[in-house]
Amino acid sequence: MTTKQFFLYILPLLLVATGCREDELVVPTEYEIIPETPAKDTKVRGFYLVNEGNMGSNKCSLDYFDYLTGLYARNFYAERNPNVIKELGDVGNDIGVYGSKLYVVVNCSHKVEVLDARDGVRLGQVDIPNCRYVRFHRGKAYVSSYVGPVLIDPSAPKGAVYEVDTTSLAVTRKVTVGYQPEEMEIVDDYMYVANSGGYRAPVYDNTVSVIQMIDFKQVQQIPVGPNLHRLKKDRYGKLWVTSRGDHKRRPSRLMVMECKRGYNQMAVTDTIPVACTNMAFRGDSLLYYATDWNDYTASNTISYGVIDIRTKKVISTNFITDGTEKEITIPYGIAVHPETGDILVTDAKNYVSSGTLYCFTPQGKKKWRVRTGDIPAHITFLPR
Amino acid sequence: MSIHERYQPAGKVCDLAGGFLFTAAGKSLIPPRQTTRGFSMDQSKRHNLTPAPRYLAAALTLLASATLSATAAPKERTDSMRGELDEVVVTAKKPFEDVIPAQTLTGNELRRLNSNSVADALRYFSGVQVKDYGGVGGIKTVNIRSMGTNHTGVVYDGVELGNAQNGQIDLGQFSLDNIEALSLYNGQKSEILQPAKDFGSAGSIYMRTRTPRFDEGETYHARATLRAGSFDLLNPSALVELRLSDRVNASLSAEWVNSSGKYKFRYRRVNPAGELAYDTTAVRQNGDINATRIELNVNGTLRKGSWHFKAYNYNSERGVPGAIVNNVWRRGERIWDTNSFVQGRYTGYFGRFTTLNNIKYAFYRTHYVNNDDKQIKVDNLYKQKEAYFSSANEYEIFDWWQVSASYDFMWNHLDADMYGFAQPDRYSNFLSLATALSFDRFKLQASSLGTFIHDTLRGQQAPKDKSVFTPAVYASFNPLRSSDFAIRAFYKQSYRMPTFNDLYYADMGNSKLNPERVTQYNVGLLYDHSGRDVISAARLSADIYYNRVKDKIVAYPKGQQFRWTMLNLGLVDIKGIDVSGLITVNPIRDLYLTLRGQYTFQEAIDVTNPADNYYRDQIPYIPRHSGSAVFNASWRGWGLNYSWIYVGERYNQQENIRYNYTQPWYTSDISLSKDFRFGKVGLRALLEVNNLLGQDYDVILNYPMPKRNYRLTLTVEI
Repeated sequence: MTTKQFFLYILPLLLVATGCREDELVVPTEYEIIPETPAKDTKVRGFYLVNEGNMGSNKCSLDYFDYLTGLYARNFYAERNPNVIKELGDVGNDIGVYGSKLYVVVNCSHKVEVLDARDGVRLGQVDIPNCRYVRFHRGKAYVSSYVGPVLIDPSAPKGAVYEVDTTSLAVTRKVTVGYQPEEMEIVDDYMYVANSGGYRAPVYDNTVSVIQMIDFKQVQQIPVGPNLHRLKKDRYGKLWVTSRGDHKRRPSRLMVMECKRGYNQMAVTDTIPVACTNMAFRGDSLLYYATDWNDYTASNTISYGVIDIRTKKVISTNFITDGTEKEITIPYGIAVHPETGDILVTDAKNYVSSGTLYCFTPQGKKKWRVRTGDIPAHITFLPR
Repeated sequence: MSIHERYQPAGKVCDLAGGFLFTAAGKSLIPPRQTTRGFSMDQSKRHNLTPAPRYLAAALTLLASATLSATAAPKERTDSMRGELDEVVVTAKKPFEDVIPAQTLTGNELRRLNSNSVADALRYFSGVQVKDYGGVGGIKTVNIRSMGTNHTGVVYDGVELGNAQNGQIDLGQFSLDNIEALSLYNGQKSEILQPAKDFGSAGSIYMRTRTPRFDEGETYHARATLRAGSFDLLNPSALVELRLSDRVNASLSAEWVNSSGKYKFRYRRVNPAGELAYDTTAVRQNGDINATRIELNVNGTLRKGSWHFKAYNYNSERGVPGAIVNNVWRRGERIWDTNSFVQGRYTGYFGRFTTLNNIKYAFYRTHYVNNDDKQIKVDNLYKQKEAYFSSANEYEIFDWWQVSASYDFMWNHLDADMYGFAQPDRYSNFLSLATALSFDRFKLQASSLGTFIHDTLRGQQAPKDKSVFTPAVYASFNPLRSSDFAIRAFYKQSYRMPTFNDLYYADMGNSKLNPERVTQYNVGLLYDHSGRDVISAARLSADIYYNRVKDKIVAYPKGQQFRWTMLNLGLVDIKGIDVSGLITVNPIRDLYLTLRGQYTFQEAIDVTNPADNYYRDQIPYIPRHSGSAVFNASWRGWGLNYSWIYVGERYNQQENIRYNYTQPWYTSDISLSKDFRFGKVGLRALLEVNNLLGQDYDVILNYPMPKRNYRLTLTVEI
């Protein structure tokens, strides 16, 4: 074959075989059937799962599982909202249902996406820079943000909590809190905000900000531990707060805060000597997991456990009982079905490939698993 | 830049594919952004311009002749020393001499291709994937045969450019203005007289700057060029060449590039029913660049040898355009670079003994700022220093047998104004031994390289010293009586050392990393014919290869949230075919038609762990099929060039699923040139239209490339 023949015949053939560019399609939804039978008279219709997606990839995606039909819909946002330019966005960070609306916090797209909770159709968005978590209280949504409204010290801006009206989707108030605030909870008309100070490593923030809701002012900052992250209230009004530690000398810990009898002020009462990355409540139990990097073995140490929230004692070192935990590379999200007590755990794998969602029975046996988007992380249940 | 790829995990995860830089950026947590950015930046950033002149045409030829042809070597050396060789010599190498698969673009060919930079020109080589983040100032790195950017050695006038920080060279920073030849070698160059370090890369790119050549009675040349076009590009450059004496000449080249980097790009989606979902066109922001380059070369010949001196300075300020994601259309990152180096070379011929000595000192400064008020503020300054010395020595035992020994020493230092930065120093020693045998129809080269690395850190315990031994064997055989046809094969081991970022970057680095290893096997055919009939030149080469990358350095998630570390975890199998051809016909007087083409097939799969959901999937950003075709017509002073580049479907992450699918892209570029001559003054005008059909494509996900764009170049030469 001469060169000429090659160019005349073979090259075009190869190119035809390899294909040409086509119209770019809206990202399609994929469905899977899950072997799950809904409980009778259940009040839970399904759950939403937000996949964070790696930074810069614009691959934040939303999955939905419907208990009534047993269908798992992967990546359905774009199909429901094909006209939204560049889809859901870059790095989802939280999700919540309030009333008829679903709120998705998209960190690196600097917005909270507001959808109809029934069908996932977009209602609007609230632009909040570097937003992290969302909670709801009396008709308002509260969103923590790494960037405060006033840059007092431009080199180390404090974070803020934004108040958003859930009807008009307008920002109504802002309050400056500590450095790089993460999760929040509202107890007795006070909001508690975990400040991480993650941008200031290794000089992390170590406080929980207390915000008086009536005038939306920060009234106190309570020292708790370095690099705070999770902050969840239990059924008794206590707060469970996680510290990520400083990744060096001070390990990750779980702390409990409660009000002394006769006082209105939260204070740290217990430090539970376990590492904790994330947690969920089931009745009087707190289910947690922790991932901890060990420099010596160059591997992650992953632990699971159950704490009795009344005694604050670790009562079990595993809530997965059938050995499935060995399949999980990096547990990244946890939720408990409010009625059945089924445990949902996500595996983020290597952060840049599809994750897995596992469902366990309350006894810790695997019921099913399903492929998710990249970095499955945050789950919220949808009421009927 | 972005982002980070290599950071892929913060960049790098990807790098299985190599793209680590931007991809993996971490999200947040700990200052996610910061991490990411910093990382990426680094990666992207370092470019270096380091090398120096190594072989001028003369030297090149010389070497070729020394190693490959047993006959007439002394005479050729003399020629080369005088610097009188024509560039034709370079292109017209006999197939037989191509022990190692090489691809070269020279002089006019380079000028006719619509290329902004060296990176653009490299797209016309087979087996090469260029990562391009778009625009004039966007980072461009090169990956040869899917082994990863860090395995590519880039040699500038004889000395390899280094980047101890992230191991990647941004080829977008190298202008083609004074480049005379651009060559790509799989494995190493076909000669044994070269610095030890040159035996170390898995693939090498050689850039050679123009060498002054004076006719009898000439004492100077001068050239001024002005380029202007889309992206508000303004790019004047000037070159002066002086004959200082019979034995010494000098050239001074200077260039200024200014561009707003603004271009329109478009995202369009349709739903499966074919209805338009969205169609938006926006202007790329923060991609501006303002850069200067100044370069001095002095060449001298001695009675028994030659010397060369180069001083180089590059200064730039650039915006980092960043990924286009939902709700984010511009970013606030900026980078200032200063790259300076001086290098010198001495070559001496003493009977059967030849010595080649290089010395270099380089200083690179990078200042990175993130001004985006929605993100963490970053303001970091990185300073890199490099000192290098090399001595290569060859002895010809018989006409048909040469041996060589080379020793290189290199010192690298990195300083950053970051909290707790380890400020690493690296002392590298390279020792190589090589031999070349050439018989009538058979040639053989064998080399081995020992690399010894010692790092020291401030305030931390340094990792263990590392040493690697890598052999290579090359052979070519000419089965027919005619020398037009040759068969060649090679086996080579190579490695890449973990970079300072891999080892020591904030808390992401892992000081226990081992070198990443590559083994290559290659078998190929070459047909090369030149004649005086209608077909004045024809060349066809085909190579089939298998590479295995072991202990690949990948980012691995550690602990909570987006924290990463680097591990020697990846294992990649690469099978590929490279085919390239060229034919020139001369149907009527003065009309030359040239068709050049190349095609690459690659199956590069991740075989790290059967439990991964991307096991045996094609690694990110490596197309199975890619190719290019260039048609060129020249008639008297006119030149018409059409080039077409095709990159097939790829996946932008490790898993080959539809969510990671990236469409093929193919662009057509066209240019028309005319040369005029008024006495001693030569004029040249060149009009280029790039992406003629206005295709909207991303080379890297979320980094849109420009639509159709134009450039006009005017050159005056005395």
